[in-house]
Amino acid sequence: MEYKFTDQNFEEEVLKSELPVLVDFFAVWCGPCQMMAPVIEEMAKELEGKVKIGKMNVDESPQTAEKFGIMSIPTLILFKNGEPVKTLQGFRGKEDIVKEITI
Amino acid sequence: MLYDVIIIGSGPAGLTASIYTSRYKLSNLVIGKLPGGTITYADKVQNFPGVSEISGVQLGEKMLSQAKVLGGEIVTENVKSLGKNHDVFTVASEYDKEYQSKTLIIASGTGRRKLNIPGEGEYVGKGVSYCTNCDAPFFKNKTVILVGGANSACSGAIHLAEYAQKVYLVYRKSELRAEPIWVEEVKSNPKIEVIYDTNLLEIIGDGSKVTQVKLDKEINREMSLPTDGVFVEIGGIPTSNFLSSLEVEMDKSGYIVVNEEMVTNVQGVFAAGDVTNKSLVLQQTVTACAQGAIAGYSVFKYLKQNKRLTK
Repeated sequence: MEYKFTDQNFEEEVLKSELPVLVDFFAVWCGPCQMMAPVIEEMAKELEGKVKIGKMNVDESPQTAEKFGIMSIPTLILFKNGEPVKTLQGFRGKEDIVKEITI
Repeated sequence: MLYDVIIIGSGPAGLTASIYTSRYKLSNLVIGKLPGGTITYADKVQNFPGVSEISGVQLGEKMLSQAKVLGGEIVTENVKSLGKNHDVFTVASEYDKEYQSKTLIIASGTGRRKLNIPGEGEYVGKGVSYCTNCDAPFFKNKTVILVGGANSACSGAIHLAEYAQKVYLVYRKSELRAEPIWVEEVKSNPKIEVIYDTNLLEIIGDGSKVTQVKLDKEINREMSLPTDGVFVEIGGIPTSNFLSSLEVEMDKSGYIVVNEEMVTNVQGVFAAGDVTNKSLVLQQTVTACAQGAIAGYSVFKYLKQNKRLTK
């Protein structure tokens, strides 16, 4: 299942999560972000139970994006135990992302 | 499986080649790192015939779905290397997957050209960007610099000006070389100031974001210019490094040399789009598509002549 992260649920769903969490910071106006959407959706299904995966709309949730200094999208951040441990910028294919976030 | 053709690159040239080869009933696999290719970075496309205005990503998606519907198989991977054994080509991806085909169409396009100046790499994603369409809204009411002077630079500056309070368009030459329709719009936009004959020497920041740039010429009596962001739109460099093992002929800049039929010097290898030397006249979606169509037809003709069409 693909999660929808927001400024409101970020602490509960991401920072306090027991599983690692991959957050896809995106916006509807960003071309490469739209190309990433199906990749994220597929990964969320495949890695269910191992990694929580979801998207975060930077327009609807500007506070979190600002907190993590997001000035370029798409950006993926992997969180573990409430800490950002890996940042990936720009469009990436599925296997590339899986390789980068494999624990 | 032995494909009739493997198309390397999933931008307009590669996807058009897939559309055409599918209609010639050739089995085809498209392998590319960004579905839709470079056009997905364009905010607006207003010169693709038949479509008055469309976003680059939408145009890319339309081509992608058309290619899929017609039978093209599409995978999102980087190509690592190519091999040829008798009449069979082997394409190895970065994940060590291998695909085989009777012919190849190289439509791998270009990667973004970088400034290669100090601070650029350090501040990518912290103010340095190669995609105005992706990142312009992060610079609402801010001051930004856009480097370049061709179509993507001018259209990018106009897009940036919708958000930023001030856009400096810094160009190394004395005259912008974009289509006049873009140049006029740039010049009449009160938020955009063009700085000619000037280069960036360094991008400077405070560790977490860009704060200023150093120039090779004075502006407002200073050699530096305070800014919140630096967008780089100075064109591309051909993605042809994975071709070395096939001895495909390239010009000195790395563009693949093709003739009018998109045929390279290697039997069974064709090329189309921004990666070819023929694209240097005009690198546009419509011309990339045209080359992709020609390459598709040339593959069909080649397989027919060599009696290698699957019955």
